[in-house]
Amino acid sequence: MVSTMSAPPTIADPTTRIWEALATVNDPEIPILSVIDLGIIDSVDVDQTRARVRMLPTFVGCPAIDLIREQITAAVREAGFDQVEVEVSFDPPWTSDRITPDGLRKLREFGVAPPGQCTHGPAVESNFHQVPCPRCGKRDTALESLFGPTLCRAIHYCNTCHESFEHFKPLG
Amino acid sequence: MTLTAEHSALATAHREALADLLLRMADDELVIGHRNSEWTGFGPILEADIAFSSMAQDEIGHAQAYYRLLQDLGHPDADTMAFARPSAKFRCSSLVCLPRGDWAFSVVRQFLYDAAESVRLEALASSSYAPLATLVRKLRGEEKYHLLHGRTWMMKLGSANDESHARMQKAIDELFPHALGLFEPTQHESAIASYGIQPRESVLLEEWRRSVEPVIREAGLRVPANASPVHGGRTGKHAPALAEMIDAMQKVYRIDPSAKW
Repeated sequence: MVSTMSAPPTIADPTTRIWEALATVNDPEIPILSVIDLGIIDSVDVDQTRARVRMLPTFVGCPAIDLIREQITAAVREAGFDQVEVEVSFDPPWTSDRITPDGLRKLREFGVAPPGQCTHGPAVESNFHQVPCPRCGKRDTALESLFGPTLCRAIHYCNTCHESFEHFKPLG
Repeated sequence: MTLTAEHSALATAHREALADLLLRMADDELVIGHRNSEWTGFGPILEADIAFSSMAQDEIGHAQAYYRLLQDLGHPDADTMAFARPSAKFRCSSLVCLPRGDWAFSVVRQFLYDAAESVRLEALASSSYAPLATLVRKLRGEEKYHLLHGRTWMMKLGSANDESHARMQKAIDELFPHALGLFEPTQHESAIASYGIQPRESVLLEEWRRSVEPVIREAGLRVPANASPVHGGRTGKHAPALAEMIDAMQKVYRIDPSAKW
């Protein structure tokens, strides 16, 4: 019987090679996350030796966009593609819901509280109350500042650990 | 400067209406972003300093995105628009041009501005011009944090003590007429509305009043009665403060347009 299902991708499959290359590119501002963990890769497309990657920046004003684009280009070229095109797009808009489960776990291990589920509609301060502390897991915490070391992070204080911690802001 | 096929297909009046709106929005963002960056290193507390610096980074990034849309319509690139244009060619409102003032002044300005921006972005998310609607749907998620930040400071300083209350009220009284001027209609007003790009400025203004006035009152402050809007920014008539700011901002570029920093 002939199967109509396509064969699973092998190591030699060009698209797989691009995804593998992308897994080695880390976010410059949160270097424990790859661009895949962060969910900023929308699609990859390949035509013989020409690779095309579509990327969705986290923030429009993110100063790391050019650097990430260069790093993606270098990594994909390393994987054997002569021509690499990285398209930066805001369609669909990146939201923090795109961070993968692996990415959320890595954030927590790194000491950054992962974003909760995005809420559409206006931001309200209560969304920032009782964010679980990434160290002790307790919710006895308070928002210190909506803005932190990078555009994507807020600062909270844990009343149990008596230390501040960062929180990846829900964005959507 | 060449136009893409998609944009050459638009009627000239349609293109001009789009460019008029985009230029106002881009210039407002660039100038308020630059004004906010004047707090970098000078904020009253570290978190406040970081917040204004972060918002500056956002606004300037948003300005760049709007200038890119303008470039699609045949304008020069973002750097040329920001650094090689005299102040009289800017179409920003008087609100964003004012020097940063004291902390209360900057907090009130940011709040009034962000509320206006939030109303505009909400309307533009369903604009007939798809590239703008797409961009705006991304921007409004980011802007939410600016508005929340502004609200929080309004509440804090509105009732902290007599001095903070007095400074906040003084800032509101001074800034309200300029904030009304954000909605100054231009000669393209009817075209912008009839092409479905954006509702009329008067519609947005009413929406803005409904959004800011309850917050001002809740903060224990007074909404100025009978304030009349300061117009002129949208036609390039600016107070000297803008030219001074632009001179500082463009200094390096004027010495060496190819400098990288």
